[in-house]
Amino acid sequence: MNESAKSFGVLAEFATPADLMHAAEKVRDAGYQRWDVYTPFPVHGMDHAMGLKNSKVGWFAFLGGLTGYTTGMLMIWYMNAHDYPIVVGGKPMFSPFSAFPPSYELTILLGAFGALGGMLILNRLPRWHHPLLKHPRFINRGASHDKFFLVIEASDPKYDERAVKEFLAALGGRNIEVVEE
Amino acid sequence: MAEVAASMMPPPVPKELERPPLVLNQRSLGWISDHIAGIAEGKAPLWWWLAFVPSFLMFLLLIAMLAYQISTGVGVWGNHHPTMWGWDIINFVWWIGIGHAGTLISAILFLLRQRWRTAVNRAAEAMTIFAVMCAGIYPAVHVGRVWFDWYLFPIPNANGIWPQFRSPLMWDVFAVSTYFTVSVLFWYMGLIPDLAVMRDRARTRFRQIVYGLLALGWTGANRHWTNYEKAYLILAGLSTPLVLSVHSIVSLDFAVSQLPGWHTTIFPPYFVAGAIFSGFGMVLTLLVPLRKLCRLEDVITMRHIDVMCKVTLATGSIVGYAYAMEFFIAWYSGSPYERFAFLNRALGPYWWGYWLMLICNVAVPQLFWFRRVRQNLWLVFVISILVNIGMWFERFVIIVISLHREFLPANWGYYMPTWVDVATFLGTFGLFFTMFLLFMRFLPMIAISEVKGVTPQADPHHPLGGAKLHGGAAS
Repeated sequence: MNESAKSFGVLAEFATPADLMHAAEKVRDAGYQRWDVYTPFPVHGMDHAMGLKNSKVGWFAFLGGLTGYTTGMLMIWYMNAHDYPIVVGGKPMFSPFSAFPPSYELTILLGAFGALGGMLILNRLPRWHHPLLKHPRFINRGASHDKFFLVIEASDPKYDERAVKEFLAALGGRNIEVVEE
Repeated sequence: MAEVAASMMPPPVPKELERPPLVLNQRSLGWISDHIAGIAEGKAPLWWWLAFVPSFLMFLLLIAMLAYQISTGVGVWGNHHPTMWGWDIINFVWWIGIGHAGTLISAILFLLRQRWRTAVNRAAEAMTIFAVMCAGIYPAVHVGRVWFDWYLFPIPNANGIWPQFRSPLMWDVFAVSTYFTVSVLFWYMGLIPDLAVMRDRARTRFRQIVYGLLALGWTGANRHWTNYEKAYLILAGLSTPLVLSVHSIVSLDFAVSQLPGWHTTIFPPYFVAGAIFSGFGMVLTLLVPLRKLCRLEDVITMRHIDVMCKVTLATGSIVGYAYAMEFFIAWYSGSPYERFAFLNRALGPYWWGYWLMLICNVAVPQLFWFRRVRQNLWLVFVISILVNIGMWFERFVIIVISLHREFLPANWGYYMPTWVDVATFLGTFGLFFTMFLLFMRFLPMIAISEVKGVTPQADPHHPLGGAKLHGGAAS
């Protein structure tokens, strides 16, 4: 089979998390870019083995929280001190103290939406179609069950199907297969 | 080479300090999936129906009681002058307090790296969500004219007047609605990898589509896990101040007023400790029978029960300290109204409520000092129910006893609930258990991917995870 445009990449299975991690280190050092490992749970140390940088989710949560706090303070000032001020018990029309609890809650609310939304945006989810999710070995008691996979994708600039297959076999991968797009 | 490796090994742990593993009997990763997901697959067992049918009937009772109350008026409840808050606000505070244990387990214990939480956090978070649903009903209907509930939202009314944010009741609206929303987000995010498990296991087309849609296309890619774990950590970090703030704000509904017995600065921490105490009581009430019925003894081990009993003991003791401190301040403040309010709690017409509270919340949990009590599931179950009862009476003491005799004897009265109060409260149990039973039928009640992650075979640095102890590259 020549390098058809229809293949998604090469799938290899590894026996244990440690084997997968050592393989990931080698794939990282070989300079591949479009590849990933698939595990039933996050493997401790895998981010380093893959050479991943710190996740950017924090920025989304921070922006959400900042928006929430500002919205809360401005909303309460506008409603109770600007648009329709009413004297209640001689209290100031606007005080950052009494406006704090709702603003604090809005900080957390929008921060939480930022964290979840940021995770989905960075992961390009939701995505209801994926070549791996059609692959029987991957889904039938596979990556969500107890198997550990490594995939080098066809879109990688260094991708060469035969070389990749041999490389993954040398790393200890089993059941090496080409996944159709 | 061998000597170098030996020096890098951690020193052996003395036998007495060895902790039992989190998953017993060296269960495999596949067993965890099969066993936990299996609870939500196949036909419902008989006991599930025996629990579900009465729960659902009680839920229908709730609907009927709310319809009766809304169509007739708040007068069907026992609330009357001077006790204008009765079972409605007691039950609101009680249910929302129960929710707090779920968030404590899912967020605070996560930040504290308490790995045992993985076995109980999913069910506890579900408990949180359903408890907050039960709680939310009361403030919405206790206003009497529910069709004006939208006055609580930041929308101008027909005269262009906005809600008034100098009142703690508005803070409460934001606190409770944020709490519910963030709890759902946190719960759902934790569910995504497990929904992928359910999707991959689904046999019928319908289940494949539903779980597939909910799983959002999760593949378990590590580039996804890295963002996921960061987002989970941030959500835990946000939920921690949230859970502390929610019951603090609920307590400010009382503390900002000037009523003796309510107007104290100890309320926020004391309410939070009480909330976690009652929540752990409910977690134990739910999980002690469920681990037996669902045969989860290898995942929710005696070690889990043991630590939860210890948390109950610790928070129960904090609550006991708060009761003592309230009495001390009532005397030390020199305020005759304050002193009267507290003597009236212990010796007044509702003395039985106060002493029931003290026995259930302060005395009974002290039994958890004994290991043999913590290891006896029947005792744990009975004590957990007593904790729930005690915490209900704590809110009864705070609300009804403080209100029924205030400054002027002309304003004194005796409060009694009506049958509608009782039936509505029973109905909220129907809602709670209906939701919980549906949850455990359709979703994995234990976080599958998280439990897998705390087993030794998931750890690439452990021999069972494939680590070569001589430290070299794969030979």
